[in-house]
Order: sequence, then structure tokens, then C-alpha cells
Amino acid sequence: MELIKPGVTIPFTRYRYIAVAISSVVNLFVLILLFTRGPLLGVDFAGGTVAQLKFSKPVTIGEIRNALGDLGAGDTVIQDFGQQGSNEFLVRLQKTSAQLGELSEQIKEGLTKQFGSGTFEVRRIESVGPKVGSELRQKGAWSVIAATIMMGIYIWLRFDLRFGLGAVIALIHDVLVTIGALIVANYEFDLTIIAALLTVVGFSVNDTVIICDRVRENMRKIKRESLETIINTSINETLSRTIITTGTAILVLLALFVLGGGVIRPFAFALLVGFFSGVYSTIFIASPVVLFWEKRLIRKSPGTLKVSSVKK
Amino acid sequence: MRQSVLTRAIIFGIAIVAAIIYLVPTFVSPLPAWWISFLPTDRINLGLDLQGGSHLVLGVKVDKAIENNIERVRTDLSNVLREKGVSGASVDREGTLLHIAVPSANTERLRGVLKSDFAYLVEAKSPQTTGGKSDYFLTLSKEEIRSLRDYAVDQSLETIRNRIDQFGVSEPIIQREGQENILIQLPGIQDPERAKDIIGKTALLEFKLVDDTANVEEAIKNGPPPGRQVLYGHAGRGDGIGTEKQAYVVESRPLMTGEYIQDARVRPAQQLQGASVELILNGAGARLFEQITAANVKRRLAIVLDNRVYSAPVIQERIGGGRASITGNFDLKEARDLSIVLRAGALPAPVEILEERTVGPSLGNDSIREGVISFVVGSSLVIIFMILYYRGAGAIADLALVFHILFLLAILAALKAVLTLPGIAGIVLIAGMAVDANVLINERIREELRAGRAPRSAIEAGFQHAMPAIIDTNVTTFLSGVILFQFGTGPIKGFAVTLCIGILTTVVTAVYMTRIYYDYRAMTGKLKRISI
Repeated sequence: MELIKPGVTIPFTRYRYIAVAISSVVNLFVLILLFTRGPLLGVDFAGGTVAQLKFSKPVTIGEIRNALGDLGAGDTVIQDFGQQGSNEFLVRLQKTSAQLGELSEQIKEGLTKQFGSGTFEVRRIESVGPKVGSELRQKGAWSVIAATIMMGIYIWLRFDLRFGLGAVIALIHDVLVTIGALIVANYEFDLTIIAALLTVVGFSVNDTVIICDRVRENMRKIKRESLETIINTSINETLSRTIITTGTAILVLLALFVLGGGVIRPFAFALLVGFFSGVYSTIFIASPVVLFWEKRLIRKSPGTLKVSSVKK
Repeated sequence: MRQSVLTRAIIFGIAIVAAIIYLVPTFVSPLPAWWISFLPTDRINLGLDLQGGSHLVLGVKVDKAIENNIERVRTDLSNVLREKGVSGASVDREGTLLHIAVPSANTERLRGVLKSDFAYLVEAKSPQTTGGKSDYFLTLSKEEIRSLRDYAVDQSLETIRNRIDQFGVSEPIIQREGQENILIQLPGIQDPERAKDIIGKTALLEFKLVDDTANVEEAIKNGPPPGRQVLYGHAGRGDGIGTEKQAYVVESRPLMTGEYIQDARVRPAQQLQGASVELILNGAGARLFEQITAANVKRRLAIVLDNRVYSAPVIQERIGGGRASITGNFDLKEARDLSIVLRAGALPAPVEILEERTVGPSLGNDSIREGVISFVVGSSLVIIFMILYYRGAGAIADLALVFHILFLLAILAALKAVLTLPGIAGIVLIAGMAVDANVLINERIREELRAGRAPRSAIEAGFQHAMPAIIDTNVTTFLSGVILFQFGTGPIKGFAVTLCIGILTTVVTAVYMTRIYYDYRAMTGKLKRISI
């Protein structure tokens, strides 16, 4: 079976202007979202308490809010969680148990009064102080930035500065698209999302590596052609492996997204978006950056179309 | 080549057997006795999010400990100055600053005392002299503060460890995290609220004399007279805030503290009163207690725990034998918990809960089930796809995938790694990435075949040319896993570990193992056609 017939040449590089334009608009939109609406921060980053409740019979959010009394007022968010009919809810409070001492005790008391004992279960309670939250937020952001830069440096050392730069810009694109999708889909940002973003960075650079590897090879093989043609040939030649390597990852991620449960779902979602974006950005972002670099910055000396020495 | 294929096959076979042996303890329980004696017993442990339990991060309020210490130094200093006859000196504490005022004539003698007895104090700002009076501003030296901080955190850690041991939790993790935090993990705990109560109580026990001459209402309204303080009675559990509590005016200086406690025992409830806790003092404590009671017959002695008066009995006579009891509307559980914290000793500084994550066992079981289902479904999808797409070569890649999972789990077991929910997600994800190396190789082989090469040399070239990309892609993913490990806490670290180990095992199985197969085919001369 073959997805991409051999000999297919799609003029990807010809679409680069429109692709870059669309991506810039999307990324700008994400940045605006990020600074206006901002990401929905989970307790890991914002501080506060989240409790996961499971009831043995159907209850409404209003009833739960009533049961919580004073705790249910103000910024408290109660939402459906898990599958349909599982009667699971997430209660999110701004307070932490450090401030209140016995927060989960209070939640249990209120619920017992309203629904009777033994009809519910506090399955999980997470409480993070505001100081820890802001520390984690900073560390998380830095780790994603550090990983992106490291990928760029690695590609630079293994291939070329141009490709390193292209990879970094493509990765920034992927991370932004993933963040934007999470914001639009209303998923909370927590530690597992940072794990997902780091994985996106580590994985979507793979496609860039595969294409760079082929470009390097083709540069040695076909010396007459322009860089644009070589890049385009390389993209086409590696297209099926790019699609399949990401495709198998997408298969398992779909399984995780559908069957993995509520805690894992946002994580799987972020990876799905990031991996899709990774394929796109390698073809339409990383390569144009390389071409742009080549055409605008190095045009003056025509003899520079050579790859830095092959390091194996 | 015959030799090399055989050697590699044997090495690989040994690795598979070793992996199976390492996995047995994880899946077989109990292990037979003969196994335990000479085979590995390490197993994959479940993280708190899968088996249920509490994860706590406590912050030690070190500043409070430092403040307490400076207050102690202040008392010492004024005593020493009085003893050494430095007249007219006064010592006040302003935050972490000691302000000493002496007549200018006495500055030399003050300096002498400071140098000989209080070398750990340093000048916070330069002394000022105005109108025959000199003001000195001193504070603790940096080294002193650092050692105080370390002491406070280490001592808290030790005390909390004692308390948890007595409370009875199997395999708790209690360790220092960063400069002032303590990380506690309590697997499988049933009553996290109670554990938090026990861990978080400062449990500073003091015996203070009640000043019956003072007017309580006036002391509340206008502040207590010098050397006195107002304390409130312990209301017992269930009495909400706002109920009237009895107030006492007591002498600020404790006659004795909980450091002399040798043992604390629960006394069950009797007809008229709830359960109580009996304190048994050690030798020095018993002597001190006897002296105190002898000197204060007919006065009331308040038993104060964490600034709450539990009882204030009148001393009828000198009490020998070193026994005292704390009463106060306890139920049996409360009394038991109190006896635990009294036995384990007081925390040197208050602690606060910075982070808490508690998962009930039922959620853990659900998570495991969902994780296993998505793993089975996800990897089945990949296996089916690979066979459909690459036929024979796909089946070989699938076999490599199965071995990869075997090795990954075996290494996790050998490392006694902790499997968390994100860790399971990592195993699922890696199953989707594991075939990538084979995809790169197979695509390359197809290309070489199309270019007209014979199967054997196409495979040779396929492996060779795919190698750089395989190495580079795996290195980049591995690097991000390392960064994640650096950043992550608990469950996230679990994901990073499975990611990094999984990448190593995929390279081994996808490249090394499949190569053995193809070389074997080539060696036996059956490589006229390949299914790819």
C-alpha cells in the first residue's frame, strides 16, 4: 500500500507565501488570545483547589452549588466531568486547603447534608498555594522555551544554522497553535499540558530532521538545481514517511483522547493538535525560512549554496 | 556474517529472557520462595495517582523559628547584661532586629559582653550616640540564620517522620524539597484529613501559671499587664467559631515545655469526662515538675498546647513521679492523635500546606483501566496499520514493537520506577512512535527497490541511509524528555521517564532486532523477494 505515489511532485514551496501569511495571522490571533482572554489556568498554575466528585445518582450542578453553601459562592466553578451519565463533577475553588485547614472536610459535610452520606465520593482533591502556582508557571514556560532553543541548536550543529532557525520558528508556530487550540477548546492549562507542549517540541522537530537529512543528501546528489527545487524535491520524497510517522502517533493519541479518561483528554488533545501542526509547519514554515534566509541574506555571494560539512 | 547473526540473535535472546525475568515480580504475586532467593524482586510501583494516596508539600515557616530564636537571644542578653553589671541597659526586639540602649559610659562593657558571649550577633547598622545614650542594632549573622533554617527544616522533617511512623502508613516518602519545603507522600492513605491534622500540628506544649489576680475582661479590652498574656480555652471538636470560649490571663513565661515528655498515653473516657492523654515525663522533667508544683501550691497551672488552654487545674500539692494529664472533651481518635504528636515532639516552627494532591483508590483503578484500554486499542491500531501498509516488513516492525514494550516495562521494573497516569499515557504514545524508525527504514528500502536495487542491497542501503535521521529524531525527542524530567514533579516525571526509556528501547528493537531478521534472511539465501 502506498499513500503517496512515487514521483509525485507537489510544488509545496510555491505555496509558501500564502502559507506563511495564513500562519502569521493564526499566530497573531493566538498571541492576542493569550494576552487578552489568556489561558484558563488550572490549579497547578493559578493556585486554588479542585475536587472531583462522583455521585451514585444523577444530581444537578445547581444542587451541588446549594450543598456547598458558602463554598459554592463566588468564583467557584462546577462542571460536568467524565462520560455521560457517570455523574462526575469537578468543583473548582479559589481557596486552598492551606487557607481553610479542612477544606475537603467542609465539602464532605455540605454534600452529606444535601444528599445523605454514602451517596457520593470525593475521588480526588488537589490544592495548590498561590506561591507554588506562580513558581510552576514560570518554570513551565521556561522549560518550553529552553527546549525550543535546544532543538534549534541541535539542528544547527547537526545540519546548518539556516535549518536550525527554520526549526525554531516552526516549533514556535506549533507551540502557539497548540496553545491557541487549548484556549479555544476551553481546556485548563496544568502540568500535563506543559508535558504535552514539551513533547510537541521534541516530536514535531522530527519531521524537520527528516527533511533536512534529505535536503543535505540531495544537495550532494543534485548540484545543478536551485535550493528551492532541492527543498521541494526533498519534501516530496519524504512526504509519505512524514505522514506515516506522525500518523501512527495520531492513531494512539486518538485512542488516548477517546478512551483515556478525563485527566488525560486535554493532554491527548494538545498532542494531537501539536503533531498535526508539526507536519504542516515543517513543510510550510521551516522550509520557507530556509529559503528566505538563502534568497534575501546570502544572495550577494552566489557560491554559498553548499551544505556545511556532513557530520556523521 | 553467519557468526555475527547468530551472536546477535543469542544476545537478543538473552535480553528477552532477562526482560521477562525482570517483569515477573510485577505481574506475579506472591513470588515463590526460590525466586526471591536469587532472582530480581524489583517491580513497577504505582504512583499515588494510580493507587490512591496523598501528596503534600509543606512549607516550614522558617522566619517564625528565626523570630523565636531572636526573642530567646533577647532574654538571654538582658539576663547576661544584668548579671555582668552593665547597668541601665535595655534590650528590645524589633522584628528580627535587637535594639540595645545603654548609657554611653557603659558601651565598652557592652562590647565586651557581646564579643565574649554573643559572637553570633552582628551589627545591622552602625551604632548611634545621642545625649549620653548609645543605641546598638544587632541581628543574627548570616551563618547563624542559615544554620537555624537548616535546623528548623531538618528538625521538622524528623518530627514529621516520627509522627507518620506512629500514625502507621506503609512506605511513606518524606524528604526535604528545596530550602524550606518538605515533600510527603502517603500511599494508600484512607483518611487524608486526619493525616494532615497530625502532620501539621505544631504541638508546642507549655505549662504556664494562671494569674488569678488579673481581671480577665480588662485584660481583653486594654491588653494584658506586662509579662502576662490572654489565652483561650480549647473548645473541642465540633464547636464552631463564634462560640464563647473561656479566656485566661497567664504568665507569658512558660515554667516548662513539652521537651521533657517521655511518653504520652491515651486514657479512655470515664463516666463524666471524655478521653484524656496522660503525659509521662522523663527524669529531669519529673524533677522540674516536682519543683514547679511544690513552689506553686494552690495556684492554677494552665496546660497550653499551641496557644490553647486545655485545662487549668489548681495545684493541690507537690506532684512527684512525673505524670500529668491533658483533658478536654476528646473523643478517642482525637486523644490518640494528640498522643502521637506529643510523643513525636513539637515542630520547631509552624508549617503550612503549600500543595496537596489526594486521589481516592477508586479513581486510581478507573485510571488504570482506562489507560490499559487505550493502550490496547492504540497499539492494535498501529499494528494493524503497519501490516496493511507494509505487509511482511510491517509484521516485523510490529514484532519489534512488542519487544519494545517488553523491554520498556522490564527496565521500568528494574529501575523500580513509579508508574503514573501520565506515565501510562507515555507508554501509549511511545507505542505510536516506536514504529517510526521502521517506517523510515521501510520507506528507504522501497525507494532503493524502486531505484532498481536487488532486495538484499536495498535493505542494506535502506538501513544505512535511514540511520542518521533515526538517530537525530530520537535524540531530539529524548532531549525534550530530559528537560521535562528536570522541570516536572511527581506524575510528570513519570511521563518523562517512560518517554526517555521508551526512546532507547525503540531504537534497539526497531533497528537492531529487525536487522537481525533481515540479515538472517539474507544469510539463508531466501531474500529474493521481500514483502514491503
